[in-house]
Amino acid sequence: MTTTAPASAPAAEPKKAAPRTSPQGSGKLAALLLTPTFLVLGLVIVYPLIAALRESLYRRGEGLDESGFVVEGERFVGVDNYSAIFQGEAGDRFWNAFGNTTWFTVVSVLIEIVIGVAMALVMHHALRGKGLVRASILVPWAIPTAVSAILWRWIFTTDGVANQILNSEVLWTAEGQQAFWAVVIADTWKTAPFIGLLVLAGLQLISGDVYEAARVDGANAWLTFWRITLPLVKPALLVAVLFRTLDVLRMFDLPFVMIGQRKFAVETLSMLAYDEASNLRYGPAAAYATVLFLYVALVAFVFVKLLGADVIGEARSQKRLVKRQDKGEVQPVLPVAVAAGGTPL
Amino acid sequence: MSTNNTKTSRRWLLHVGVAIIVLYCLAPFYWMVVSAFRRPSDQGDNSPFPSPLSFENFNAVFSPDVGFERSLANSLVVASITTLFTLLFGTFAAYTIARLDFRGKGVVAGIIIATAMFPGISLIIPLLKLFTDIGWINTYQAMILPSLSFALPLAVWTLATFFRQMPKELEEAAMVDGLTRGQAFRKIIIPLAAPGMFTTAILTFIAVWNEFIIALSMVNEKSMQTATVAISRFTGITGFDTPFGTQMAAGVIVTVPLVVVVLIFQRRIIAGLTAGGVK
Repeated sequence: MTTTAPASAPAAEPKKAAPRTSPQGSGKLAALLLTPTFLVLGLVIVYPLIAALRESLYRRGEGLDESGFVVEGERFVGVDNYSAIFQGEAGDRFWNAFGNTTWFTVVSVLIEIVIGVAMALVMHHALRGKGLVRASILVPWAIPTAVSAILWRWIFTTDGVANQILNSEVLWTAEGQQAFWAVVIADTWKTAPFIGLLVLAGLQLISGDVYEAARVDGANAWLTFWRITLPLVKPALLVAVLFRTLDVLRMFDLPFVMIGQRKFAVETLSMLAYDEASNLRYGPAAAYATVLFLYVALVAFVFVKLLGADVIGEARSQKRLVKRQDKGEVQPVLPVAVAAGGTPL
Repeated sequence: MSTNNTKTSRRWLLHVGVAIIVLYCLAPFYWMVVSAFRRPSDQGDNSPFPSPLSFENFNAVFSPDVGFERSLANSLVVASITTLFTLLFGTFAAYTIARLDFRGKGVVAGIIIATAMFPGISLIIPLLKLFTDIGWINTYQAMILPSLSFALPLAVWTLATFFRQMPKELEEAAMVDGLTRGQAFRKIIIPLAAPGMFTTAILTFIAVWNEFIIALSMVNEKSMQTATVAISRFTGITGFDTPFGTQMAAGVIVTVPLVVVVLIFQRRIIAGLTAGGVK
């Protein structure tokens, strides 16, 4: 029913809507109702995307033109901003930020999956304290990332409680590898419970019969988890992981507030672009932002196409869905996961 | 006997697991609260309870030179107005996607969800330039408009899920009884969808209240800072000898209302968060 071909539309019509609504009328109404949303998204998403692309081909500031005069304002520099990214000092900084962004994503998301799934299993089987767990799991989610960054900065100060518990004297928030791990820990704290929540929702859909059958067949706990539980929660998990991944790829607040700007160990692509922009080097900043956007788009594409994350399944496969609903099967996954990733940006 | 043993140990394992989760989630939050209630002179004290209990940090947060009330008010204005517009536009879009048949529905849904993945920095840089040119820096609209970029897709998806859950027959019956689609929407759908809209409003409000990078970029005047930015700026981000106690107190002030709301509506919020995920 998604992209109803005109020929098939009348067939769907009678059970769908009252007689007075023709498909054309529906289309007009749909266009009318969607206009405000698309106007806003056009202004805050499409315009910036195009403007950033244009901006990334210009460079601001003083330069000398061919005849040796000082020129102020923006100059068209073609792909210079992009080629500059990959070479020399700027290149080192870019590749470092690119590496940090990628590593933050891989490491944090992997740890969050393991902890999140473990939490979901405990919550699913817990006999007592379910209400308490459900309440406490929402607390890290509700805390603003900027506030949690300051909280963890405080926990990780030199004479802080982390060093006291570990009986160590690590300079967690100073430049260096340990700062990277401090950020990973803070990020995991905030978002693993959320993955747990989504996986739990997936677990609750699995019918007890499946486990009963596995038990009769003599599967042990580990085998049951690996062969039954995990494959069945995979759709929910995959979308949660996709959105967490995209969220970490654009990570900004946590390292920015917790560790600081221009720190080699934790500088992400977002932070690099922000730093360039705040120094009014809009051209390079836009180039970094565009590279990040392409990176995010590529990762999203890989998830959806190769791993089969069913992101817009709900809308795209409505026909199949209706049939499956009739049979009482699970609906495809749809990602309100964004909500919870913590920082939406 | 042995099965009994494994059952008992399993039960113990679950209890321990529950305890670990609660500790994991609440211990850092507890530390924020404890640190906030210490005297500033006890800041380095790592004991688990504040002794003596002190409100000095809270007084410091509201001292005239910090002006945190103003930041809280700014956050409230930005989050409320964004939520209002998000609900208004989002309800129409979500209803359309959930209930109407039209060509290109898949594309529309795809575009809206794709915008949710957009990295914030990519829209901030061009908008920062645009807003500088039209004199919008240090205004509420400079924070509200970009915030819609993540709030709106989020709200559309959550609302669409709620709309789908409502029985189609009610609306159809109303239309057979002679109501127009618009009337059916206003008189039947909206009242029924109210709980879902309320949940979406809470989720949106929290997301915008917690927003950082837009508020940081679009404002350079202290009086227009939102609460999250103000807290991070209490000393300058890389300052030494940070007044952590004051920051923790400000953190408690910003967070506790959210936590209270979240705990009151926890069932709804979990439904909202996972509604899309699975049904």
